[in-house]
Amino acid sequence: MSRIESEIGTPKGGFIKWIDDRFPFTKTMKHHATEYYASKNFNFWYFFGVIAFVVLFIQLFTGIFLTMNYKPSAAEAFASVEYIMRDVELGWLIRYMHSTGASAFFIVIYIHMYRAMLYGSYRKPRELIWLIGMLIFFVMMAEAFAGYLLPWGQMSYWGAQVIISLFGAIPVIGETLVEYIRGDYSISDITLNRFFALHVIALPMALIALVFVHIVALHEVGSNNPDGVEIKDHKGPDGVPLDGIAFHPYHTSKDLVALIVFLMFFCGVVFFAPEMGGYFLEYANFDPADTRVTPAHIQPVWYFTPFYAMLRAVPDKLIGAMTMGAAVLLPMLLPWLDRSRVKSIRYRGWIYKSALATFTVSFLTLGWLGMQPVTGLFVILARIFTLLYFGFFLLMPYYTVIDKTKQVPERVVWHG
Amino acid sequence: MTDDVDRNRRHFLTVATAVTGGAGIALASIPFITSLKPSARAEALGAPVEVAVGSLEPGEMIRVLWRGRLVFVLRRSDEMLSRLSQVTEYLDDPESSNTDQQPVYAVNEFRSRKPEFLVVEGSCTHLGCAPLEQFEVGPAADWFGGFFCPCHGSKFDLSGRVYKGVPAPTNLRVPPHRFIQDDVIMIGAEPGTA
Repeated sequence: MSRIESEIGTPKGGFIKWIDDRFPFTKTMKHHATEYYASKNFNFWYFFGVIAFVVLFIQLFTGIFLTMNYKPSAAEAFASVEYIMRDVELGWLIRYMHSTGASAFFIVIYIHMYRAMLYGSYRKPRELIWLIGMLIFFVMMAEAFAGYLLPWGQMSYWGAQVIISLFGAIPVIGETLVEYIRGDYSISDITLNRFFALHVIALPMALIALVFVHIVALHEVGSNNPDGVEIKDHKGPDGVPLDGIAFHPYHTSKDLVALIVFLMFFCGVVFFAPEMGGYFLEYANFDPADTRVTPAHIQPVWYFTPFYAMLRAVPDKLIGAMTMGAAVLLPMLLPWLDRSRVKSIRYRGWIYKSALATFTVSFLTLGWLGMQPVTGLFVILARIFTLLYFGFFLLMPYYTVIDKTKQVPERVVWHG
Repeated sequence: MTDDVDRNRRHFLTVATAVTGGAGIALASIPFITSLKPSARAEALGAPVEVAVGSLEPGEMIRVLWRGRLVFVLRRSDEMLSRLSQVTEYLDDPESSNTDQQPVYAVNEFRSRKPEFLVVEGSCTHLGCAPLEQFEVGPAADWFGGFFCPCHGSKFDLSGRVYKGVPAPTNLRVPPHRFIQDDVIMIGAEPGTA
């Protein structure tokens, strides 16, 4: 046991003991930090869980301060955002932190999810962690979508129009459902008001609850590692996994450095490129919502464009919406689609490696295609990459079985 | 002690409590779900609107709002009306057989009460973007003038009828409307639809 561990770990009497007799403080600290053992061979990809946690905090914190000046009504919303940008002292900074935070959240979460795909972190016994994580992703998408309506700009309005109309594609109940979502016959003041409620109360609460459950589940099972071996299979005489080191202080101090690097990039965007060339804040949104005119180029923010490209690739409303829904839901099945004998990419054969590379290229290309106009070549490309995206998941039960895998070591591979 | 337990009775009580509780939750959800419906004010604001069309030149279109939705009122010239029969082969539903998309009196080639006045919702039936007017013929061989949606490329003719092979599934919707004078249209004016 390290020095700090033993300091926190031993009840000293006095105040901590008084607390511990009434609340499991020391026990919780041990279970989740000082005696939570994670593999010592974590690499770059393992920074992003902690970073996602910090970005969530940034969003909650800046969001509270934006709420103090924002007015959720169709008549005042656009002007109140301008008010935050111009008249509230340093209000622009808080808003840019929040808008940059939204994009940063998705960058971080996409990398976090990709890490799970690289090292098979979704595999048994971590299926539930993966499913909860996917739920977090869905709530995040809803949260981002609801938040995007709030500035009441042209892209807010028409983006919401398009996405809400998707629900109208559902047979029989579609039209009624759309009216229940909007609370009106068109997107109006009423819609804005309820999206505000969802964005600042309902969805953040769901997000916090799910993140809590995600971490509790993770700490029960234990973290995966780049080798995809279970470190709990080899424990020392003290019951501590031989390849594990305590989350606090070892992983936390290393994560702190990663966090500083991340915040350097984050601040770089906030201060020097908050619009990110129209990718983080779309230029069409600097015009107030106009019911009568759709912007010539309508597209969602970058983090939705891969799915949007798949929607547009299908020349049929219902099937298009279903394709998009399936594309979002499909990763949930990964724990059961992947039949490989090994978890980590390090020990997989060339078939899985090529499949994952194809998936990566497809997802990125679809993201780019979702920003292009729907014309000739782009539509054909979108169809090809949509098929490849689905192929990666649906063919997985076959190619992971025939793929030639390498021998997985007993212990984690570790240099240092 | 276990010997004294009447298991049937316990089972009955468990099920009865669960069912009662479940029914309570279901009933308690009613006010929350119904509150999401368009409110009385939203319905009142959805009252019919009158549009004076006397000053419209042939070929001219105006945009009005009804229930917050965009409605196009287009006065078609005789020449424009003559194109409607030429485009039929490119259309998905030229006979307006989808009854959801127009009132019965608009089930005709013109999709209107009077041939020259087209009243359609300016909301693409794909995902709700506002289509743009492109009333000139060509340059594409199948284009005889109509509405083009910039979002996902859906095309509609001068009667708001949808082309084949575009993402929009149906013709543009014709809202309920009637002429209250020769040159004044009331949109949304039908018993039970306002």
